[in-house]
Amino acid sequence: MAKYKEKQTIGGAKHTVLSVLATAFFVVLSCLIAFPLFAGLLASFRPGRELIRKGLSIDLDFSTMTLDNYIYIFGGRGGKEDSAKYFMWFKNSLFLTFITVIGTLLICYFIAYGLSMYDFKLKNFLFFLVIATMMVPFEILMLPLYQEIINLKMIDTTWGVVLPGLCAAGTIFFFRQYMQGLPKELLDAGRIDGANEYRICVQIMMPITKPAFASMAILCAMGSWNNLLWPMLVYRSSTKFTLPIGLNTLLTPYGNNYDVLIAGSMFSILPVLVVFLIFQKYLIDGMTAGAVKG
Amino acid sequence: MEKKKQGNAFTRFIYSQKTAPYVFVLPFILSFCIFWIYPMLSTITMSFQNIKPAGAEWVGLSNYAKLLKDGVFHQAVRNSVMYMVLTLILLLPFPMLWAVLIDSNLVKAKGVWKAVLYVPALTSVVISGTLFRLMFSEYKTGFMNQVLAFFGQPAVKWLKMYPTSYFALLLLCCWRWTGVNMLYFLSGLKNIDAALYESADIDGATAWQKFRYVTVPLLKPTIIYVLTISIYAGLAMFLESFMLWAGNSSPNNIGLTIVGYLYKRGIEKNQMGYASAVGLVLLVVALIINMAQLIATGTFKKEER
Repeated sequence: MAKYKEKQTIGGAKHTVLSVLATAFFVVLSCLIAFPLFAGLLASFRPGRELIRKGLSIDLDFSTMTLDNYIYIFGGRGGKEDSAKYFMWFKNSLFLTFITVIGTLLICYFIAYGLSMYDFKLKNFLFFLVIATMMVPFEILMLPLYQEIINLKMIDTTWGVVLPGLCAAGTIFFFRQYMQGLPKELLDAGRIDGANEYRICVQIMMPITKPAFASMAILCAMGSWNNLLWPMLVYRSSTKFTLPIGLNTLLTPYGNNYDVLIAGSMFSILPVLVVFLIFQKYLIDGMTAGAVKG
Repeated sequence: MEKKKQGNAFTRFIYSQKTAPYVFVLPFILSFCIFWIYPMLSTITMSFQNIKPAGAEWVGLSNYAKLLKDGVFHQAVRNSVMYMVLTLILLLPFPMLWAVLIDSNLVKAKGVWKAVLYVPALTSVVISGTLFRLMFSEYKTGFMNQVLAFFGQPAVKWLKMYPTSYFALLLLCCWRWTGVNMLYFLSGLKNIDAALYESADIDGATAWQKFRYVTVPLLKPTIIYVLTISIYAGLAMFLESFMLWAGNSSPNNIGLTIVGYLYKRGIEKNQMGYASAVGLVLLVVALIINMAQLIATGTFKKEER
């Protein structure tokens, strides 16, 4: 990107000093930001009870560190039962994330496709409604929605967790914005070739919307993987708990599962971190789409 | 050219170019009615009712009248509003400044800092809340108390009193959201035409003048966006406090937020009517503050032009 960089009027030496200072600032800031996670990682190599008794701190005494907690959550050292529980949560989280991403992306894509590729009477009104749903925090609808899910007999089911969030306004918004930049002539070309409206949508337009799918998939997966509040309300049986709910249940003051808590917490960040590092660019594109046009 | 399908009237109707858009947006219409309008109306109705196992009983405005006199609710509102204001002060100017710095040619290895600053947003609130609770442990061996000890100060029960509880909560919030807001501002900065800076340079503008008269005005849509979502997120904050105090009760309710109170009344005590009133007050407050903000920043004016 051609920026104003070359046009800097500051002299070379002064520029170097400023550059070192600015970089040093971000080194310090990054260290501060990384600190809690780093401390948590160190703590995961020590008994969990110690952590609760002493609080989290940096203890660099490597001689007292062991892999016991990790061996335990993988089923060694008598951790069979807890290991099974932990990986059940892990599996449930993966499943929920998978279902949520597939469902949300497909549905939101179709909605956004309808809203951006056609001219019809209700178009602007419907888009206004999409924006309106963004203006009300989920927390306000949480209670009546919870009651509704109970009445619909969807409590304690994955339907109850997934359905209310399928038409995510932010995702629709992003897809629509992306698709408005696509040439509508492609639709007519498809029609001339005899494809019907739905085939055009799936076979012609969907492939060229891939980058938008990638962005939204990452964003949606991250959100779903970490989602706590709504799944916590809907899921009741412990066999259905996801990782955040499960880890949260270990937080009782008299519990004795702190080994699982700390090692399990750190281990559950791993998949997210890997996905983030690989797909960072898509994630950022998807996240910041609304912030530019306003 | 492929032969057009000559099905019955229904198939022709479904495949017609006029019907297709409605088929596409149908899921939204359904979801909007079932999972938005319906719960919205039902929460409004419930706020005028007293919900008992035997059935609902109309009580008019008495839930709202009770809210006016409810000291705990007032504290929850104070906590939430205070939290929102402080997060605006901390999470708007600073991330913006960091973004401008990263966007300048001064900082090396930008990608690394961007990634590191974003990582906290990837952790579940369960994990980040727990880590912060343990860091702010009241024991001498907790990290924050060790820092105090380093400066010769006695240990503090961080999470059991004002204002240290706020400090912990805000630090958690800044830790999680600084990187996210910085990315918002960075994407806004990318859209500013470099030629504007060049002409500012030719006019001999200082770095501050460029920031004040080029960057800030052109970053306005991003600023308004971040401001809007921060106001909502701040007022509706719940899980951070829920995790920091390991449950929905904190000593003397120092960590209770409006949504926390809604959760307490609605989920824990099963008083749906009263909790609905709490939620609607939150909605009205959030809408008023955001409308005021959008009018003050002139967002609506731009559209009229």
